[in-house]
Amino acid sequence: MNAKLTRRRFIKGVIASSVAAVSSGSALYVNAASGAVHLGIVERLITLTVNGRKRRVDVLPQEMLADTLRKRLGLTGTKISCNRGECGACTVLIDDLAYYACSTLTHSVSAKNIRTVEGLQAADGTLHPLQQAFIEELSPQCGFCTPGQLMSAVALLQSSPKPTRQEARQALSGNLCRCGAYEQYLNGVMRASGQKRQTGKTGL
Amino acid sequence: MSAFDVMSDTELYQPVTVEDAVVLASRLAENAWLVAGGQDTYGWLKDRAKNTQAMIELSRIPELSGIKRSASGIEIGATTTLTEIANSKLIQQLIPLLGEAAQHVASPQIRNVGSIAGNIAQDTRCWYYRRGLSCYRAGGNLCYADTPEGMNREHCLFGASRCVAVSPSDTAPALVALGATIVIADSSGNHTIAAEDFFVGPDIDITRMNILKPGQIIVSIHIPADPEINVRHYFEKVADRNVWDFALVNIAVSLEMQAGKITKARFVCAGVDCKPYRLKEVERYCENKAAGSETAEGAARLAAKGAVPLNHNHFKIALMQNLVRRALRG
Repeated sequence: MNAKLTRRRFIKGVIASSVAAVSSGSALYVNAASGAVHLGIVERLITLTVNGRKRRVDVLPQEMLADTLRKRLGLTGTKISCNRGECGACTVLIDDLAYYACSTLTHSVSAKNIRTVEGLQAADGTLHPLQQAFIEELSPQCGFCTPGQLMSAVALLQSSPKPTRQEARQALSGNLCRCGAYEQYLNGVMRASGQKRQTGKTGL
Repeated sequence: MSAFDVMSDTELYQPVTVEDAVVLASRLAENAWLVAGGQDTYGWLKDRAKNTQAMIELSRIPELSGIKRSASGIEIGATTTLTEIANSKLIQQLIPLLGEAAQHVASPQIRNVGSIAGNIAQDTRCWYYRRGLSCYRAGGNLCYADTPEGMNREHCLFGASRCVAVSPSDTAPALVALGATIVIADSSGNHTIAAEDFFVGPDIDITRMNILKPGQIIVSIHIPADPEINVRHYFEKVADRNVWDFALVNIAVSLEMQAGKITKARFVCAGVDCKPYRLKEVERYCENKAAGSETAEGAARLAAKGAVPLNHNHFKIALMQNLVRRALRG
């Protein structure tokens, strides 16, 4: 197989081309509401700040941030799983707070700083300490929940650089892991914060 | 029920002042849906179980957010998030009961966006109703939960009137126990109502959980707090999971103490009635008694007096009794 055409790149290419199709189609979008009230109605073309970059993007009024990130901006690191705010796979940081991107209107965060898992590694490709710690502790099993777990952990370490294992457990409690690798993720958080594992306590 | 990834087309309004929001809400009336954190809203709209033509997003209105010391206590803006409330030093100092209740809601991510007004004004979680079935509450002529085959483990013990759904909020019982008042704005101005009277049961209005009408917006919540009075509080939530889950039963207790005796008691449970349920018999029993295991035993016997259990929720009676016992043993 051509090394340059990996499965991931192929899928990203398909997404990018369909984004182009969607945006050109939506130029013909006609506002079907009664038109009686115009007070405060949103502009569809907005500027989002994602991972420190300004991105102009055309967003439907009812569009969720997870859809905007994945389908319009090609940032597929943010996973959609339950799509109902019940699993945490889509967790992103909005002004340093963890949000479920599947349950956040894109328009409601247009003035805020959005940080996704793609924004964690440094410009030179060095992994974020938490990413490195998760690798060293073998935290992910299947890996699907990992971007969400990472973002929740990043939010925690930003507000509290040396959390106890119990604090880490609470901070990551909004992220489900079907492999049940919760303890391994906590090991990762403890390692990234330069602490011992502090195992032994369970329960919230 | 078919599952959808996205919500159907709606308009979105983002007013930045309360006046604009009230004008929009009253002009659009039942065609609009008020959104703050949206965590109760998006599920309805994605599932197509309810629909709306427009959403009015309130989180851009600065005057609706924040926690302030007022002359008689604390004033909390309607869109203040549950995380802000749980972390507020002022609340931890003066009304820790509300902080604890906010800390027990859903998951960290939901608390980061979920507002206090949204938490108290949320709709019930009865899954038959949430599924979009045409039950009494949805305008039909049947209650699916209260049938011989109905799954009603999470449903009510008190106040059933055709509908057996419960109030799922964690902060609502705390606000009722604290004697809070709620300020509501509409086109005729501001109205203040006691938290206890904000909620309505199915006997009063089966289609709504509270008195809010289309065109009305919660502006703020006032909680009286006097640092001079010695108040003991207790909050406990029992749910199947520690995170996300709604309470099977929760209890919020506020006890004013003087010389070791309880002078005024408020016991409020959610998860047992369509509105926060005050345990008035327990409150009367506790007055002028010392908190301790003797009072706890007597009060526990009165906790679930008058309960009418359904097929699968008898366990809630024992839960209420045990929660009252633990609150008084403290």
